[in-house]
Amino acid sequence: MTVAVHPSQTGEPVFYLADEHPHPEGWSTSLGFWIYLMSDCLIFAILFATYGVLGGNYAAGPAPKDLFDLNLVAVNTSMLLLSSITYGFAMLTMQQNKVAQTQAWLAITGLFGLAFIGIELFEFAHMIHEGATPQRSAFLSAFFTLVGTHGLHVSCGLIWLVTLMVQVRKFGLIEANRRRLMCLSMFWHFLDVVWIGVFTFVYLLGVLR
Amino acid sequence: MSTDTNAAHAHGHHHGDGHAHGTFSSYMLGFVLSVVLTAVPFWLVMSGTLPSKQITALVIMAFAIVQIVVHMIYFLHMNAASENGWTLMALIFTIVMVVIALSGSLWVMSHLNSNMMPMHQMSGMK
Repeated sequence: MTVAVHPSQTGEPVFYLADEHPHPEGWSTSLGFWIYLMSDCLIFAILFATYGVLGGNYAAGPAPKDLFDLNLVAVNTSMLLLSSITYGFAMLTMQQNKVAQTQAWLAITGLFGLAFIGIELFEFAHMIHEGATPQRSAFLSAFFTLVGTHGLHVSCGLIWLVTLMVQVRKFGLIEANRRRLMCLSMFWHFLDVVWIGVFTFVYLLGVLR
Repeated sequence: MSTDTNAAHAHGHHHGDGHAHGTFSSYMLGFVLSVVLTAVPFWLVMSGTLPSKQITALVIMAFAIVQIVVHMIYFLHMNAASENGWTLMALIFTIVMVVIALSGSLWVMSHLNSNMMPMHQMSGMK
């Protein structure tokens, strides 16, 4: 709402609240979704803080140096980074109304995301097999909570991606689907931003310590 | 970035700029920058090129911050104009909260840790 000032005939200004004009459907979605992402950011901040406090408490168990394979993390990081750029291409083809190409880029993005989750689960399975379970030490509890929460987000993003591919297939690139794809784009790139924090503070600084 | 803002103006409703779109070149630029900003920290840690661990830690943290900014600009299309500046407002608020939560937790907990009585002294105090 805006406060409008109109000079009346007597010359004195009249203050009143202008009526809310009608809004097109979904006009506030991107701002609302952004605020959701910011609240999600706070969840990750708390998990990062927990990891920062507990990350050195190994309880005589394995330390990051013994557990993390940086080659694997580098491959994993590149999977997520590649999925980010392919999602960008999906958005660009969406703007040009190319349904088939948009679907193809979305599918490629999904495959990269799936590869990311696969490598992460392989890493987790390997660690748990070696006895580095979340119960082993405070460091491992914090590690699995932080990295697992990120992985869970990516998994949810993958489900969302498949859902949207079905939607686009059924209804085409209608306005609602464009809006949904834009929200998922923000979600997906946001998860990549969180991953920058994870690979820097958990993996690289962990191995360095 | 001027082409981006123009595109946003063309697409946006009269409320504001809506959400900005990227172009092929802006996405590619962002991607190349992120690849470099990811590869260098990994290389620094894996090869141990820098003389001390402290310097390496500071450098890779600086790289992470720069890469986050790159992602914000080129992938999330952050700018001061989108949604009349409300996205930037929400972002700044979140950054303030995150910095307080992170630095506060680490600071308080590390002080608590160093002020705790060591275990061997405690066992002698029966």
